[in-house]
Amino acid sequence: MGMKTFDQLDETLHYEELANGLKVYVLEKKGFNKTYATFTTHYGSVDNHFKPLGKDENVKVPDGIAHFLEHKLFEKEHGDVFQDFSKQGASANAFTTFNRTAYLFSTTGDVKKNLTTLIDFVQEPYFTEKTVEKEKGIIGQEIRMYDDNPDWRVYFGLIENMYHHHPVKIDIAGTEKSIAKITKDDLYECYETFYHPSNMILFIVGPVDAKDILSFVKDNQSQKTFKEKENIERFFDEEPQSVAKTKKVIEMTVQTPKCYMGYKEAAPNRQGKELMKHELSVNLLLEMMFGKSSPNYETLYEEGLIDQTFSFDYTEENGFGFSMLGGDTGSPDEFVERISGMVEDFKQQSIDEGSFDRARKKKIGAFLRSLNSPEFIANQFTRYAFNEMDLFDVIPVFESLTVRDVESVLQDHFKKEAMTVCQVQKKKS
Amino acid sequence: MFLKGGMSCQVSKMGKLGCRHNERGTYSMGIVNHKKTNLHGMTVHTIETKKYKTTSFILQVKEPINEKNVTKRALLAYVLQSGTKDFPSSKELRSALDDLYGATLNADLSKKGENQVISIRMEVANEKFLSNSEPVLDKAFHLLSQVLLAPALEGDVFKEGIVKKEKRSLKQQIESIYDDKMRYANKRLLEEMYDTEPYRLNVYGNGDEVDSISPKELFDYYQEVIRNDKIDLYVIGDISTDEMVDKVSKHFRFSKDRKEDETIAVNAADEKRISEVKEIFEEQDVQQGKLHMGYRTYTTYADEEYFALQVFNGIFGGFSHSKLFMNVREKESLAYYAASRFESHKGAVFVMSGIETANYEKAVKIIKEQHEEMKNGKITDSEFEQTKAMINNQVLETIDHPIGLSEVLYHNVVAGTNRSIEDWMEGIKKVTKDDVVAVAKKVTLDTIFFLKGAGTNGNENV
Repeated sequence: MGMKTFDQLDETLHYEELANGLKVYVLEKKGFNKTYATFTTHYGSVDNHFKPLGKDENVKVPDGIAHFLEHKLFEKEHGDVFQDFSKQGASANAFTTFNRTAYLFSTTGDVKKNLTTLIDFVQEPYFTEKTVEKEKGIIGQEIRMYDDNPDWRVYFGLIENMYHHHPVKIDIAGTEKSIAKITKDDLYECYETFYHPSNMILFIVGPVDAKDILSFVKDNQSQKTFKEKENIERFFDEEPQSVAKTKKVIEMTVQTPKCYMGYKEAAPNRQGKELMKHELSVNLLLEMMFGKSSPNYETLYEEGLIDQTFSFDYTEENGFGFSMLGGDTGSPDEFVERISGMVEDFKQQSIDEGSFDRARKKKIGAFLRSLNSPEFIANQFTRYAFNEMDLFDVIPVFESLTVRDVESVLQDHFKKEAMTVCQVQKKKS
Repeated sequence: MFLKGGMSCQVSKMGKLGCRHNERGTYSMGIVNHKKTNLHGMTVHTIETKKYKTTSFILQVKEPINEKNVTKRALLAYVLQSGTKDFPSSKELRSALDDLYGATLNADLSKKGENQVISIRMEVANEKFLSNSEPVLDKAFHLLSQVLLAPALEGDVFKEGIVKKEKRSLKQQIESIYDDKMRYANKRLLEEMYDTEPYRLNVYGNGDEVDSISPKELFDYYQEVIRNDKIDLYVIGDISTDEMVDKVSKHFRFSKDRKEDETIAVNAADEKRISEVKEIFEEQDVQQGKLHMGYRTYTTYADEEYFALQVFNGIFGGFSHSKLFMNVREKESLAYYAASRFESHKGAVFVMSGIETANYEKAVKIIKEQHEEMKNGKITDSEFEQTKAMINNQVLETIDHPIGLSEVLYHNVVAGTNRSIEDWMEGIKKVTKDDVVAVAKKVTLDTIFFLKGAGTNGNENV
């Protein structure tokens, strides 16, 4: 059992890697009512081409299967696990991202009982043809709900523009057509491959006794048997550096057009501290260029090209990475022209120490604020851990960044030829 | 699961529709250390806790929502957060916040019963977690007081440049409701259901009134607000009440003629009686029909039956074990979301579900049947007990978050009540099945709004 203390943050993290490879983390949060736990597999929508555990042939599975599996894992022979949680005074949920699937609950009641339910339901799949068919109607409506959401469409449209082959371009929920093909055998095959304990992280945060919780989990796991752990082989086609498409327009029944633009990262293969440093650097640059206290933000707001919906972000995982800027705008083409011009201008100037420090302070403050949220801690810690990073390194890494570090990132990432645009425009009647 | 503001990408098992508006509970001296002090006609609420790495300030400014002021008030919220006397532009104000270790400041509007509330929220890092321990708290107090009491002026009125920009932003905000079809359908439901009551008004006002508001008119209205509105300030964090009260007296200075308006609680018994259900259809080019149904409950936060209404809503559609979720989604696969939520101070229950347009009759029938079952007492022990456990859980979770906590406490201000968290939990505990059935019989369907789909939304062009 290990323990790490973060004095500046007044936090202590307890952890242990169990014999079956499962990594368990517990963060004690005194004074909180709620305990929040996530059980996450390093498996998401991009993992659609792989070698199934114990087989020789590679398979390609239908789009949307990781998310479908997430829904179906809740159903058991005795009924829906949701009900078990609510009987125990806990609320449960789950979500699927590009490369993670997380199952979670929060409770102010009996933590151990709910923890057992969480671990056991994820580790005991029960799929039948009948229940798989039933879910297709529900997920079909979920897909349609997203189809009607212009924010989702413009966000996803931009990612589609960036990639030629990488499956990050595939909608996480798939399409009504792709999910129609999913069978219970497909689900079992994905499950066997990706839900091995060695591919998973259990994170518990709340007013708990960490040592007690760790031994409780250990005990649960020692009563089960798992196959030998194997390395998971995933396959990705080679992705060119260029964007697949430079512009896309989607017509929808909206009054205000939306415009997102982004830069595709040329070398998204960093891990660990290097990745953290890079990710924080690009985010810091975006803050300096377009944060609310920047001259550019003021200009764009005054010109009426942006409003309160304007935001930006950079994200990178093993195999893909992109920055994005966007929001509602009356003039989507002018929006692109002005922002890309401002990026080019920024690249010509040297970075001012004052705005660098201010942006960094702002980011550190925002990070501290996030640590009020048990959900943020559990979800982000897991995401960082799957990329060999430690969430609690964020402040020291921020503090170690220099103007010189971000200058080189600025020139490398924000390349004109790596840029692409997606717009939602008002449908012509 | 909803993309709002931030950019993230995940798709989840269950849309948290029922929980978007936390509508829970109140305060206590036990679970929460809450103290109230009256200063210059403003109530200062201090909550001392070591749970957070930040200190939160929440200003709540309340007046009854009315046709005459609704749009002005919305614009005022935006103008106040865009500049102060010392930092007379948005850029200068934002730089000052960044220097305070990325303190956040935002103003936002909500409707609580028939009140239009401006909330100005600020959150600053607790200096003990910063390497160089800068004294940020005093600066934060000063800045917040300036946002409310010392706005950026030009001559004797608001700066014209700021007003102009914020008008545009407000108009876009109002227009964007149309673009989000769930919000649009909800807005249309309220307009139809409350066609002669102030509750029909949108909290952001009317788009076509925005342009005609002059900086002078807005400033005159602002002075009325500062003189007459009920103002509450919440300070939550690792603080001492005495120190906070000192700081408030130092920084917040109101004029002498300030008078506090009295809370006029809505009398739920006076709510309109329904003779016939209104059914409104509208067609748009959407992939999925949006079904919204509004019920009157004749019960509000101030009533004893309020706890039974909480339990009613929980069994009906508040959770994933509720009748709506189990029947509309799990049994019939008609929808991804089918939920109900309620508004504590107006005493309304709203049902929402995204369905295939052709399934309208079927979905409405199932939803009505669930309500009928409850009127007839068809509530299982496990539905009943699970719901109570979940409500309890939800309250305790909500007060873990500083904003959630302040919202829970503010219910008492809006309703003119004085319930502690313990009272509240006790109230839920005491609810019997008969109480829930009695409430179910009072709950009456008023209006159904259905946004029908034509089905080609979102074609892509290159």
